[in-house]
Amino acid sequence: MTVDIDKTAGPQDTPPGGPEAIKAIPVRHYGRYVSAVIAIAIFVSIIYAFAQGKINWGAVPDYFLDDRILKGVGQTMLLTVLSMVIGIAGGILLAVMRLSRNPVTSSIAWFYIWFFRGTPVLVQLVVWFNLGLVFEYINLGPIYKDYWSSFMTPLLTALLGLGLNEAAYMAEICRAGLLSVDEGQTEASHALGMSHSKTLRRIVIPQAMRVIVPPTGNEVINMLKTTSLVSVVQFAELFRYAQDIGQSSGAPVEMYFLAAAWYLVLTSVLSVGQYYIERYYARGSSRSLPNTPLQKIRANMLSLSNRSGGGANA
Amino acid sequence: MSADMTKNATAAGSGSGTPMVKAEGVHKSFGPVEVLKGIDLEVRPSEVFCLIGPSGSGKSTFLRCINHLEKVNAGRLYVDGELVGYRQRGDKLYELKDSEVALKRRDIGMVFQRFNLFPHMTALENVMEAPIQVKGVSKAKARERATQLLERVGLADKAGNYPSQLSGGQQQRVAIARALAMDPKLMLFDEPTSALDPELVGDVLDVMRDLAESGMTMIVVTHEMGFAREVGDSLVFMDEGVVVESGNPRDVLTNPQQERTQSFLSKVL
Repeated sequence: MTVDIDKTAGPQDTPPGGPEAIKAIPVRHYGRYVSAVIAIAIFVSIIYAFAQGKINWGAVPDYFLDDRILKGVGQTMLLTVLSMVIGIAGGILLAVMRLSRNPVTSSIAWFYIWFFRGTPVLVQLVVWFNLGLVFEYINLGPIYKDYWSSFMTPLLTALLGLGLNEAAYMAEICRAGLLSVDEGQTEASHALGMSHSKTLRRIVIPQAMRVIVPPTGNEVINMLKTTSLVSVVQFAELFRYAQDIGQSSGAPVEMYFLAAAWYLVLTSVLSVGQYYIERYYARGSSRSLPNTPLQKIRANMLSLSNRSGGGANA
Repeated sequence: MSADMTKNATAAGSGSGTPMVKAEGVHKSFGPVEVLKGIDLEVRPSEVFCLIGPSGSGKSTFLRCINHLEKVNAGRLYVDGELVGYRQRGDKLYELKDSEVALKRRDIGMVFQRFNLFPHMTALENVMEAPIQVKGVSKAKARERATQLLERVGLADKAGNYPSQLSGGQQQRVAIARALAMDPKLMLFDEPTSALDPELVGDVLDVMRDLAESGMTMIVVTHEMGFAREVGDSLVFMDEGVVVESGNPRDVLTNPQQERTQSFLSKVL
């Protein structure tokens, strides 16, 4: 009780002669205390259950930096990055096609999105893998000719499966972004004599990015996790290596936890990257950008060392 | 038409040479709605030409036809003696390619009611953008010219600000500087002060007045009757897609001949 009253009475910064500051006893939210206790109790009991279970937790740190695991992490990141590059490039292309006035290109884009969004990635991966039944050879005339089965390496299968599927989702995200830019922007740009492509590149896309980046960040994180599916097409990445180690070392479940921990680490790193990219594209959209965590720390340090902290805001 | 035009021709300035803008029976429809029902008018070089009228009368649409943001459905529209949006060979009209339309738009500056500044660029970058991208001017030269133009509209100290950090009046002045950076021979103003706080209108009108004094040909769609009276060389009153009355702004505004003009002016003046 007394502590709370002290809190409100504490800041005596009302200037003499000014209005008297209100001193009131705050409302007590007993429900909040109860719900906090319940939540903590549930959380602790779950952790306790896992700690008690027949899981050899020691195996996780033992293998955490194992060469095979690290190689798997590398492959997972490579696959994520390349698939997203295919997805984003394809997505922009499809979005522009869908928004074009040419009915043929826009319906082809519609059909593509309809197909790839409407079927599961796992199914698409397996179909790509087995396309050798349809095409025995791949024949690009004088440039390249080979059996389909030797052309379609696991990496290529995985990339096509994940990338082309992603393009369908990215297309919708990009389309929403392009549509979000005010028509007046295009008009102003055209009125200045800028061509369609310059208008798109210099004026519309930079503004669309503000709408495109947040969901794309989600897609990257999703993609990182979806890469765990490609073991079905014989591509070895983090999950596959973790499984292999689990089988040979006799600690299969422990290795699943290890993989989960690695995925968490990677997605956390990606989230930080997303924050900074969003901040970059937010320039001009609000009067002043919020400080980054680093800048906040620096500003605090400055004010601590008793220099007037105004300069840190720049 | 002819009666109006003769009155117009005596209004001001040297009447010789090709008109900057010439409209002959310009029609424009959006679907079933006919917005322009045959506009005939002529704007001479260095003239300040004001378009007034109630909203929905087609003033803005006509303005947008001049730089081909809207396609004319019938009639002919010429800018500096050249047909807008088409090429005539014999008695056949050929639509211009997008790149050719863009080439013509370089010479026509446009200022919008809602400014339409590029929000992801600073004021200076807004002004520099088109000369660099369209005319291939070097960055250094564009910067120098943009700085001059911002100074001219009284915003030299705001060069580094983003549009969201500027007031409406400041944004509109940057938009004028942006249009001037392309060295246009004709400036179109689409209700440039309608979205502004009354207090900020004056600054924008000052810049426009200064521009008019420098000899720029200007077509101004406006509700600022004071500006039209002081700065305008000719004035057209439009209603329901037709020119109702035209002539010297001082004559039309103080002594309107048509009943429709009288009732409109009695409400806005």
